[in-house]
Amino acid sequence: MITLSHYLIVSAILFCIGLVGVYRRKNLLLLLFSTEILLNAVNIGFAAVSKFYGDLTGQMFAFFIVAVAASEVAVGLGLFIVWYKRRGTLDVDSMQSMHG
Amino acid sequence: MEAYLYTALFAPLVGSLFAALFADKPKNLVTGIATSTLLFVSWISSVVLLIHVSHGGSVHVEMMDWIQAGGLSIPFGFVVDQVSATMMFVVTTVSTVVHVYSIGYMDHDRSFNRFFAWLSAFVFSMMVLVMSDNFAGLFIGWEGVGLCSWALIGFWYERDSASWAASEAFIMNRIADLGMLIGIFLVYWNFGSLQYDVVFAQVDAMESTILMLVTAFLFIGAMGKSAQFPLHTWLADAMEGPTPVSALIHAATMVTAGVYLVIRANPLYSEVPEVSYFVACLGAFVAIFAASMALVNRDLKRIIAYSTLSQLGYMFVAAGLGAYWIALFHLMTHAFFKALLFLGAGNVMHAMNDELDIFKMGGLAKKMKWTMIMMTLASLALAGIYPFAGFFSKDKILEAAFATDHYILWATLWVTAGLTAFYSFRLVMLVFFGEERYKIFGFHPHEAYKYMLWAMAPLALLAVVAGFFEHDFVHLVSYVLPIEEYHVSTGVFWTLVAVTLGIAITGIAVAVIVYSRGGFSKKLEETFVYKLLFNQYYIPKLYNDFICKPYAELSKIFWKDLDLKVVDATVDFIAGTIYKSGMVSRVVQSGNLSNMLRWMGVGLLILLIAAIFYSPMR
Amino acid sequence: MFEAIAFYTFSAVTIAMFTITVMSKNALYAMSALAAGMIMISGFFFLLDADFLGVVQIIVYTGAVMAFYAFGMMFFNTTRLVKENIRAPKLVFLLSGMSALLLVVALVAPIVSDHIEPFYPVVEGVENPQAVGIVLFTKYLVPFELAAVMLLVAMIAGIILAGKKMDESLTLKVDGEDEFQNKGSK
Repeated sequence: MITLSHYLIVSAILFCIGLVGVYRRKNLLLLLFSTEILLNAVNIGFAAVSKFYGDLTGQMFAFFIVAVAASEVAVGLGLFIVWYKRRGTLDVDSMQSMHG
Repeated sequence: MEAYLYTALFAPLVGSLFAALFADKPKNLVTGIATSTLLFVSWISSVVLLIHVSHGGSVHVEMMDWIQAGGLSIPFGFVVDQVSATMMFVVTTVSTVVHVYSIGYMDHDRSFNRFFAWLSAFVFSMMVLVMSDNFAGLFIGWEGVGLCSWALIGFWYERDSASWAASEAFIMNRIADLGMLIGIFLVYWNFGSLQYDVVFAQVDAMESTILMLVTAFLFIGAMGKSAQFPLHTWLADAMEGPTPVSALIHAATMVTAGVYLVIRANPLYSEVPEVSYFVACLGAFVAIFAASMALVNRDLKRIIAYSTLSQLGYMFVAAGLGAYWIALFHLMTHAFFKALLFLGAGNVMHAMNDELDIFKMGGLAKKMKWTMIMMTLASLALAGIYPFAGFFSKDKILEAAFATDHYILWATLWVTAGLTAFYSFRLVMLVFFGEERYKIFGFHPHEAYKYMLWAMAPLALLAVVAGFFEHDFVHLVSYVLPIEEYHVSTGVFWTLVAVTLGIAITGIAVAVIVYSRGGFSKKLEETFVYKLLFNQYYIPKLYNDFICKPYAELSKIFWKDLDLKVVDATVDFIAGTIYKSGMVSRVVQSGNLSNMLRWMGVGLLILLIAAIFYSPMR
Repeated sequence: MFEAIAFYTFSAVTIAMFTITVMSKNALYAMSALAAGMIMISGFFFLLDADFLGVVQIIVYTGAVMAFYAFGMMFFNTTRLVKENIRAPKLVFLLSGMSALLLVVALVAPIVSDHIEPFYPVVEGVENPQAVGIVLFTKYLVPFELAAVMLLVAMIAGIILAGKKMDESLTLKVDGEDEFQNKGSK
């Protein structure tokens, strides 16, 4: 029998894979991929809770997360393109002008 | 009558605030005239009130609530009874005269307006002091006059000596005020109120120990304000201030506040004969002590200051012996002739370009006839010669001392009376008569302005005639103060009068004869006694060596060792730690997105740990 | 039984795909793996009776977002392997591992409150898309419209940001801009 915990653990594992990506990626585009993984992992959790508690609110949140993710990609990619035009690279180590 | 009361009280304040508006502007005659006029208004109100209360009764108002905290209830209340009406009359009379006089005296001073602001503020504080119906209001006035006194002694603050003297006066008074404050606390603690009438009504029920403590601490306050030994040094140094200030504050009014306090608290003092006796003894000691210093001093104003001290001693003797009305009477007459004496000294100073050494004067009578006459009148009154004002009051004090069998006190005061007569006329002789020494030093003396002399005239008149109102005065104050009749036989009475007059006249005669022949020989100045007296018994030096210097050393130790090495070091250490931790944690702020994300991960971890292990839901 | 098989399959595949996404040095591989993972996730949604969400997942993510990425990647030089200078890789795994451990602990532990009352209970006998529609267009109408506006804004922003100087070639200029880049990184 697959319980809520199974889904939540999968969700947590996927989230941590996303975290690994966020921590180790230096390329902005790949960094954005990792954040997509984070968002999707959370979505699974929401959907699972929604199902096992018989409440649609979880799904609603998942929808809004999808919407946010889509917006993020649109703006993010636009920004990357601008950045790439200026610097010719997407390496985060190249942007350190806020160095303290 | 309330309107008169408020007018008398607040007219000086209005004048002060008005003058203060122009405080940093160049001289403006309007400020002097306005403040003088307002003081005259206050004087009229005081006279009306005096007449009103002269047939018994009193005016009592509560202007507003002041402090309402728990069981403590202190209203802003004022009372005009026979004692305060007398004080108001004295204060406003002398102040009005001094204000008018100051218009001439401060003529060339560039801080003319500031002077009048402070002078009127002083009068207001003094009025609060004498009119308050409770100890708290009295204390406010007490501090107010202290503050104004500080500002006026240090009026010429460019001079180091003036600011030093001002600070000295202020600090000495602060020491005494602590005693006074403790006394007031004790009153509130034991009597549950600070209103005079409430407190005095409970006196009989109090233990004598408590009364003794209360009166002793209140008297410490009085000692400071009235410059009694050992807190007397400030008064002579306070002569650094402008002469009208000396006349008003350091002769006629503020320094008598201590006497006023004892008179006002007479129901307390009359219950504790031990403290009262101490008051009397200290008064007698200060009387002769100060008079002896006045004998040899060369400084015009300091001589008069010491004589003020001496006369305050007389007042305390009277108050200590239970003859409160005599103390008040002497306070009044003394205010008139001493203010006159000071204003005369002011004229002389003006004429001599602020020269104070009386050995550089002499023969000024020709140039300054009216000043000479008035100062001689004042000196006669001070010496206690019939029929001048001083005779009546001083004679009464001696009589009281004799009649209550305090023969030592009487003898002391009697000797002092002779000394007083001697130094007063030494002053007069050296300044106005004899060789015209001022010519050697190149001075060109001139008489003061006419209106200054006219301003002094009322004081001269009062100094002459005030004594004749003795019976009216007794009648007036008998409503509030206990009047004791001293039963001495007629023969003894006349003997006393004769003996007192005799020593006074002897003193005058000695002074006149010796100084008209050129003074004592120089050899006298070599003697130990002369040096002792001239150096004020080395008391300022003692204070300097045994209090000021060790204190300065101690402060230095605290500064160098405690402040720099502990306090500052601690503060520096904290600042340094924060600075260093900032330098270390600056690395975090690398501006690198990857690093920041990792830090975010650390934060996430911490939050997770917190969420799991410190869950409030568990 | 069927559910268990499906769940484990989907889990294994998703984890594998996302691991490739995170670890791969080739951007194209990473993107393809991501797209595959997204589809697998929609499988989870179908398993969880969230049919509509599953469909949205496929359409929005695999359809729109991945296409977006694909087009976006055409602007960048993706034929080369991505060079990444990863500092302290151990720290990465330590942080992630700790997070995973803690998350799992948190989630396996009995849920704080088992008696959660459903806000919008699933109505029996109503299809999932219908139920979602009812809730979305009643209770969540304003957030929904706001999300729509946000998407519009994001779209315009994306077009404007990316659309400037579209006529200039980017990939050919990379070598020429190296100088500028070095200056900026100092």
